[in-house]
Amino acid sequence: MWSFSQIANNVHEWLGRTFSPSMALFFEMVLAGIAVIGLFALLGLVLVIMERKVSAWMQIRLGPNRVGPKGMLQSLADTLKLLVKEGLTPDGADKFLFNLAPFIAMIVAMLLMAPVAFARDFQLWDMNIGILYVSAVSSITVISILMAGWSSNNKYSLMGAMRSGAQIISYELSAGLSVLSIVVLTGSLQISEIVHSQANGWWIFKAFPTVLVSFVTFIIAVTAETNRAPFDLAEAESELTAGFHTEYSGMKFALFFLAEYVNVFIVCAIGATLFLGGWMPFHIGNWQGFNHVMDYIPSSLWFFGKTFFLIFVIMWFRWTFPRLRIDQLLTLEWKYLLPISMINLLITTAIAILGWHF
Amino acid sequence: MFVIDYIKEVWRAVKSLATGMRRTLFYFTHHREIITQQYPENRDTLNLPERFKGEVVMPHDEKNEHRCTGCTACELACPNGTIKVITKFDISPEGKKKKAIDKLVYHLELCTMCNLCIEACPSDAIKMAQTFEHSVFDRNQLTKILNNPGSKIMEGVE
Repeated sequence: MWSFSQIANNVHEWLGRTFSPSMALFFEMVLAGIAVIGLFALLGLVLVIMERKVSAWMQIRLGPNRVGPKGMLQSLADTLKLLVKEGLTPDGADKFLFNLAPFIAMIVAMLLMAPVAFARDFQLWDMNIGILYVSAVSSITVISILMAGWSSNNKYSLMGAMRSGAQIISYELSAGLSVLSIVVLTGSLQISEIVHSQANGWWIFKAFPTVLVSFVTFIIAVTAETNRAPFDLAEAESELTAGFHTEYSGMKFALFFLAEYVNVFIVCAIGATLFLGGWMPFHIGNWQGFNHVMDYIPSSLWFFGKTFFLIFVIMWFRWTFPRLRIDQLLTLEWKYLLPISMINLLITTAIAILGWHF
Repeated sequence: MFVIDYIKEVWRAVKSLATGMRRTLFYFTHHREIITQQYPENRDTLNLPERFKGEVVMPHDEKNEHRCTGCTACELACPNGTIKVITKFDISPEGKKKKAIDKLVYHLELCTMCNLCIEACPSDAIKMAQTFEHSVFDRNQLTKILNNPGSKIMEGVE
């Protein structure tokens, strides 16, 4: 059987046999780092071309169709273009913060990769506070955005960064509350345990009405947290040129761009893990035969399928809805999403205590 | 009741968002009709819309006659000095002097295709052509004289 966990185990055993334990650990860390960076580059390429194709099809266009077969190498060509461009630092900018900001955005996205379970028993670090870690680390993103906006010494950048700050801090609340409803049902913050608790059905089906509401609030909140349309007023290309990354060019701009897409991937992976069962195949209660058939589909395919479905949903939002104004944005959070998710959490807690779910 | 209004509002919002998303999903899943054109390939069969604004031209008929009276309305209407009308005086057979155009100079490099000159023209002498491949190696070629050499005003256009 070729599964991700098998490969990881074989590599681990081979390294353990060949080198001393500390050297083996070191090599494993290096391999994990290379794997994460490779996944980053791949995700950037795939998600950019996916976004452009999805947007084109939704707007009755063809999308990129020149580079490679059906334009599938377009994002590779774009990356090459960005790599050879000059990374300009404006004269009036705070040079240190200006150059640091894209790397912080990138490092945050990389750190978030750690607890994501990509396949059965295939995880970089299965810590017991996985969900807490994700919500804690993902809120560092706002620092990199504020840093970029502030150090650019440009009014557009600063305005975009301030909007982004207000937005991320407010939407963190409802994202956290909707995640909490799953934590309440599972009784654990550990990602692997959350996935295993969905072995007899995904949470979105097991505790149907309330988890569906928290799923919808989660999707809305993470769309806002990753600064994507209809909540993209941090960038708002039609009013603020490009918001916080107006002054960035070349590879530093590409890092922000990449971090945005990787963040989208990560929040969708977390959403898929919490609500749609992560790598857990589609199981229905105790139907042994059906569950066994579903187990033949590899767990990594389940995980990436669900994640890419959620990414598609977020792209679908982007190409359907118009951008919100800043007051509408905050109204939506504080008057609608927050009260709804609080009441929803209360009901979910009652369901979990009384055991009214399947 | 406040709570009922609140729930109604949320319900209406969800419904209208779902309507929009159904529309885009329909377009996404029915990928047949494409509104964009594959330009360099279909150059021979290119189908531009009727109101496409490419550049200002002055139509001439088969007797090399145009409809321009030289009134300079287009020059006055132009917001960025694209058109310059150079007039001369023709001597009619009865010996009367009559104003006519010598050259109607059109700077394509300054033109924004705003259509104001065409709307200002009282005698429909100029119109927008459906051409758009304007790049040239020498920018002097962008300064065009719209009336053909030796052309004169059509009979009956005042």
